[in-house]
Amino acid sequence: MITRHDTAAPPLGSHFESISAPLARKLLELALSSGGDYADLFFEYRAGADFTYEDQRVKSVGRGITCGLGVRVLKGDATGYAYCEQFEPEAMKRAARTAAQIAAAGSTLPPEQVVPVAIPDFYPVATPTASVLAPEKLALLRRGDLAARAADPRITKVVCTFAEEQKEILIVTADGRLFHDTQPLMRYGVYAIAESSDNSGKRQTGSSGGGGRKGMDYFDDRSPEWHGAEAARIALAMLDAVDAPAGEMEVVLGPGDSGILLHEAIGHGLEADFNRKNTSNYSGRIGGRVASELCTVVDDGTVGHSRGAINVDDEGNPGRSNTLIENGILVGYMHDWLSAKHYKIPPSGNGRRQSFRHNPMPRMTNTLLVAGPHDPEEILRSVKRGVYAKRFSGGQVNISNGDFVFSLTESYLIEDGRLTAPLKGVNLIGNGPDVLTKVTMLGSDFQYSDGIWTCGKDGQSVPVGVGTPTVKIAAITVGGTRA
Amino acid sequence: MRDPVEELKDLARRAAARAVRSGAEAAEAMISDSVELSVKVRLGEPELVHEAGSRVLGLRVFRDRRAAVTYTSDFGGALPPRGSRSSESTGDAALDRFIDESVTLAELAEPDELNELPAEGSFAPSPLPELELYDEAGLSVTAAQAIAFAREGEAAARGYSDKITNSEGATYSRTSGATAFAIEGRGRGGFSGGYRSSYQSLTVEPIADEQEEGPHGRKKRNGHYWTAARFASALESPESVGREAARRTIAKLGAEKIETGALPVVFDPEAGRGLLRALFSVLSGGAIYRRSSYLLDREGTAIASPLVTIVDDPLIPRAPGSRPYDGDGLPSRTNVIVENGILRTFLLDTYSARKLGRTSNGCAGRGVGGAPHVTTSNFILQPGTATPAQALSGIERGLYVTDLMGFGFNAVTGDFSRGAAGFLIEHGQLSRPVSEVTVSSNFDALWRSIDLVADDIDRRSSTACPTFRVAQMMIAGR
Repeated sequence: MITRHDTAAPPLGSHFESISAPLARKLLELALSSGGDYADLFFEYRAGADFTYEDQRVKSVGRGITCGLGVRVLKGDATGYAYCEQFEPEAMKRAARTAAQIAAAGSTLPPEQVVPVAIPDFYPVATPTASVLAPEKLALLRRGDLAARAADPRITKVVCTFAEEQKEILIVTADGRLFHDTQPLMRYGVYAIAESSDNSGKRQTGSSGGGGRKGMDYFDDRSPEWHGAEAARIALAMLDAVDAPAGEMEVVLGPGDSGILLHEAIGHGLEADFNRKNTSNYSGRIGGRVASELCTVVDDGTVGHSRGAINVDDEGNPGRSNTLIENGILVGYMHDWLSAKHYKIPPSGNGRRQSFRHNPMPRMTNTLLVAGPHDPEEILRSVKRGVYAKRFSGGQVNISNGDFVFSLTESYLIEDGRLTAPLKGVNLIGNGPDVLTKVTMLGSDFQYSDGIWTCGKDGQSVPVGVGTPTVKIAAITVGGTRA
Repeated sequence: MRDPVEELKDLARRAAARAVRSGAEAAEAMISDSVELSVKVRLGEPELVHEAGSRVLGLRVFRDRRAAVTYTSDFGGALPPRGSRSSESTGDAALDRFIDESVTLAELAEPDELNELPAEGSFAPSPLPELELYDEAGLSVTAAQAIAFAREGEAAARGYSDKITNSEGATYSRTSGATAFAIEGRGRGGFSGGYRSSYQSLTVEPIADEQEEGPHGRKKRNGHYWTAARFASALESPESVGREAARRTIAKLGAEKIETGALPVVFDPEAGRGLLRALFSVLSGGAIYRRSSYLLDREGTAIASPLVTIVDDPLIPRAPGSRPYDGDGLPSRTNVIVENGILRTFLLDTYSARKLGRTSNGCAGRGVGGAPHVTTSNFILQPGTATPAQALSGIERGLYVTDLMGFGFNAVTGDFSRGAAGFLIEHGQLSRPVSEVTVSSNFDALWRSIDLVADDIDRRSSTACPTFRVAQMMIAGR
């Protein structure tokens, strides 16, 4: 129920009062009535709000509610999936019967009883942003706007955004386990345009943002002023950007956001659905060398308050930290229920879905490259001519051949061990199984990215995080325009 | 049974009216109600059968020129209508409450003098144009038939050659639904409209393994091909989709990087579409008033080669991007955006047009979950007269691009750099497959240096183009 009228707050408190254990058991009985091997129920109530500040005023406020039940039935490797958008018994039963049709013979017994299972809490939030009065949030937008404008008169346009959601989920599995979680998520961002004061007509953009499964305390560490100044700094720095070089060269990745290289180059390829189907480059390579000895890669859903954290995955497995690559050797994949069964191992807590409308699959949480032995300064000094990558707009990978690309929005030329000219936006392209073997130096300066990343796969988006220290790659193709 | 569009229009009108009664000076309500079926078959066996219906109501309200945009799927009781049919209630208590709260929510925004409905008399008149967007036959496809289509497509791919060693599967999807839109303004008149639409598609994605062991094992190659249409009868046969997917996949075997250098580049219609999407992003009124485009102040000037004419046309019968009215309720109209290289107009919705001191040219799009914004309908780079083969002829060495990857477009500067795969062109012919390279250029230079537009337009998607050739781009590879 919605109780506050003075805020854009998503309603707090449970929306699942009408869902009883006997009702869940009845729905599972219907879902398994055609002989499915396994089934689960995924109840979701999501309330979100967003605010946009543009032209020095609160331009728009938005709010949205989606709720429903997704029913999944498994038979062999096949999935039957149906959903409904009301917690109305007849609609829910219809969804269960529809999903049941994937199986064609016999019937499977539902669990004798449905029992709640306790899970850890990696993101306790004393005061969710959703419960904070709107004027306080709107003030954050004004502060970011002011800071970006105050940075320099060449900043001509600023847009600030704040988005928050509160997602309540209830998962009931065919073996009678029930999980309940509330997942807060907030994100703040500043976007700035700088225009040169000479008559060159040059313009550039910069942006900075962050968030996570946090409350207003996020801004204690990262103030709106910090993000405003940072967006302005990037836009101004890029005004002087020169054409980027083209061709293979040494590249140094800065700490933090560069983890998207891991996410694309190797993360997706280690999602076990691709490996179960033998469609990934990493299929059948457990125990083999896939990276230089410096590299240990972990997918960690337990990083407190991070954007990629999950107390429980969307199939009812508690969030975990899983080592994927240890000192360059591939030791494990990320699993959902189907792939864990295929490989006959316990679930890894990576079964995620965008919403009740979507079936789960193996997904990343926070994908991290563990710190190495090198001084970041020493890494930079070791490069005669190359590119230093600092900020990114995103990346993409082709799972089957391993080619990946990621786009730099702030990067610099390295000449004789020093950063020199800023470079115009450029892509790096490489091959997943190849690039991590070319990591020749690894910094001691590990950083998490701030909470800005969203991962898309098969049309489903989920929030994720990345993290890495400074990384030196001996050779990767830089997609500039200067030969 | 009542016409489903009339049912939805009725609810949309009641929702907008409720918002006005609870204090909004104007309100727009949009409802989308659809059913979907999606099946995936892999290695001959069903992998996923996904079936559901979805109904969402989106609202935008203006109160004292302050705007709020909200949506909800939580309105169980409002359809079919029950109880009171007065304008005081939608018939569903939760929905009434949601509407009232949306009006209250607008108080948090700050006034914007441009927040008002389009002028009276500018809304799309009845009857709306009949664009044949709905095919009754699509809805009749059962899960079993869908599995059979997908199975047939995949089998054709796997049977095409023994080089096809694996499969990402074949997916058949259909969606079918109705949408309604109602606008109500205090003393401003209003609008209501609605239509049904359908869409179905089949995609086949085979995999081939390289025979040669590389430094990191054998690479795999995936390719795909798809067919999609509003009318089931317009789909290509599963067999031809499967065979074409296999042909494309096998053609990629042996792909490798080429040397870095500046080359002529030919984009096939699928890759070219990506460039056309990026061009739209800097032609929209939203990007212009936000100064987020390298094309500010360029109307009336050459922004592309004289071979380039781009039209946005929502009125093409049965086309994927057609619609009878725009997201502001204005009539759909055909706009010539670029004519023989000259930029004739930006694409404008009501808000961006006002922001720029003009009037809308009917390019507002609107999803249920958001505010109206500038979108394309059928955004088409008009075909030229050359054949695709002529695009290659005369090229000593060049790159033929079939796939683009990643982001890498700076709207403000026009700097463009994306990952690419395709084929090397040597002596006017495709010679060998290429992957893991980037293609880069400034967008302004790219569009001005197009020196050939072919006649093979691909109309499967709403952004459509034929093969075209760019005189020179920088390729980064080895």
